[in-house]
Amino acid sequence: MRALTWHGKHDVRVDTVDDPEILNPRDAIIKITSTAICGSDLHLYDGYIPTMQAGDILGHEFMGEVVETGPKSTLQKGQRVVVPFTIACGSCYHCGKHQYSACDNGNPADNQDIGQEMYGQPMSGLFGYSHLTGGYAGGQAEYVRVPFSDVGPIVVPDGLDDEEVLFLSDILPTGWQAAENASIEPGDTVAVWGCGPVGLFAVQSAFLMGAHRVIAIDHFPHRLELAKKFGAETINFEESKTYEALMEMTGGIGPDAVIDAVGLEAHGFFVDNVVDQIKASLFLGTDRTHSIRQAIHACRKGGRVSMPAVYGGFVDKFPLGAFMEKGLTLKTGQTSVQHYMPALLNAILEGKIDTTFLISHRMGLEDAPKGYEMFHNNQNDVTKIVLKPGLAVAAQ
Amino acid sequence: MTMATDDAPPTTSKLSEERASGIAAVSQSRRDDLIGRSVTINRSRDELFAYWRDFSNLPSFMDNVERIDILSNTTSHWVVKAPGGRTVEWDAAITEEKPGELIAWTSAEDADVPNSGRIEFRDAGDRGTVVTATIAYDPPAGVVGKVIAKLFQREPAIQARRDLRRFKQLMETGEVATAAWTQKQRDEEKA
Ligand SMILES: NC(=O)c1ccc[n+]([C@@H]2O[C@H](COP(=O)([O-])OP(=O)(O)OC[C@H]3O[C@@H](n4cnc5c(N)ncnc54)[C@H](O)[C@@H]3O)[C@@H](O)[C@H]2O)c1
Ligand SMILES: [Zn+2]
Ligand SMILES: [Zn+2]
Repeated sequence: MRALTWHGKHDVRVDTVDDPEILNPRDAIIKITSTAICGSDLHLYDGYIPTMQAGDILGHEFMGEVVETGPKSTLQKGQRVVVPFTIACGSCYHCGKHQYSACDNGNPADNQDIGQEMYGQPMSGLFGYSHLTGGYAGGQAEYVRVPFSDVGPIVVPDGLDDEEVLFLSDILPTGWQAAENASIEPGDTVAVWGCGPVGLFAVQSAFLMGAHRVIAIDHFPHRLELAKKFGAETINFEESKTYEALMEMTGGIGPDAVIDAVGLEAHGFFVDNVVDQIKASLFLGTDRTHSIRQAIHACRKGGRVSMPAVYGGFVDKFPLGAFMEKGLTLKTGQTSVQHYMPALLNAILEGKIDTTFLISHRMGLEDAPKGYEMFHNNQNDVTKIVLKPGLAVAAQ
Repeated sequence: MTMATDDAPPTTSKLSEERASGIAAVSQSRRDDLIGRSVTINRSRDELFAYWRDFSNLPSFMDNVERIDILSNTTSHWVVKAPGGRTVEWDAAITEEKPGELIAWTSAEDADVPNSGRIEFRDAGDRGTVVTATIAYDPPAGVVGKVIAKLFQREPAIQARRDLRRFKQLMETGEVATAAWTQKQRDEEKA
């Protein structure tokens, strides 16, 4: 089959590799019909995530048609399914608590060593996201092997397009969990850093959870425009001072809850950010963390911090003092996608959540390297790229 | 003689006397190394004990063990992968057994890698069962053998941790997780 493979920083290629096979009883093989490039994929593209190996197949947001099933799979050939990016067994203690991204068994035993050493306990497996999270082949390919297919994938009801449900695989539940982690109370003002897919879904979710006001922060006018469409007020951090603006817009209180949907590649020319970039290039400190610092700084006393954004390693200059003195609460984590899929599918069916607005580009799988380059270089116009293996290569 | 005054298990002790007492608890002779690993498995004590007690099941999750021949109700012959494509072998005998609770074993005098230990099963309420493996062993060819073993990822402490994780996966999910996507890849990983 053809698959998008990682070869190094800013080097991804479409290669011919072996077709996947059923290996375990609960496996299924899915023929991919749609797969998206994620902001998290850019972290791999930019070489920020350790334990990548040349030839790794990327892609963790995907859906398609069931073409083969193991004896313990509950799926049937021909069904259309969306696959959660977290690989969870459904039967361990953590899965029992619906903490699917903390599943004990999704990550192969040998790969758990890295997570155990780095983080104290290994996390679940993820599709197409380095060997730290299992080394599983991803779905930016023609086919993919899906473990635990009896508990993960959700069957798509007839009449729904791929594009309406594809984001159930990651960013819609991630935006939703981000808002849930902000423990929003009626009348709250919620500030969201980053108007990428995760931030934009967090904006929609925050309103659905009863936020009175949502203030969205970014520097791309087109992305801020989308946030406005959902009722958010905006701050363009290139035109205004974010902290000062937030304080004035909240009558000197600060936002009740803050959501960092930016992550370890924060843009912008800020003093601490520049120091971080120098350190990152020297491998001294790996994560650039301007947005989470600013969010903690701006958050009101006793407020809540939600951090869907991905961080991998260690940081310094974390505002621990502000965090303690103001009595903040922080919630974060990879999304427990399986927990949110059924309810969010309903929300889509009922028209409560809009998903298709996000897609700016559609391409064939063969064009994926171009897609990565575009997404990387022009985040203003490129909000989300969906790859369709069935789609012909665009004329060059 | 310095013994620990805390409640931590001897396998995690920094004090050599305390570790020695831990070794003495599972082995007759003074061994070079002691490993202790616990894992919580969301299954009943009896179910886990029964699977483990049938030693012919062990290679299904112990990647290092090529095969185990059952010689009698209490004795078995182990063929285990070693660095450089070689194998090491020994006979093992069960020295103590409490159904649903514990199995202790020791290797015969002439074992390539003398080892002994115990596997214990304790109730953990609604979390299932805590399984604790305590193993005392003489690494092959002393320090050098140990370094080589480490290089080949066949270091017993790492191996024990991985074996217990695979045991947990098999018991909780009915299968051992793999990231391979072809049978050929999976066979290469196990080799
Ligand atoms: N927790 C999870 O399970 C999970 C799942 C998916 C994505 N993520 C993470 O969420 C984050 C966002 O994902 P995405 O797909 O929306 O990414 P994205 O790259 O499309 O969007 C990030 C946005 O942040 C903006 N930004 C950069 N620096 C900023 C700053 N200093 N202040 C305000 N905005 C700034 C960028 O302009 C961009 O619009 C990433 O870190 C991604 O890895 C986490
Ligand atoms: Zn994603
Ligand atoms: Zn699980």
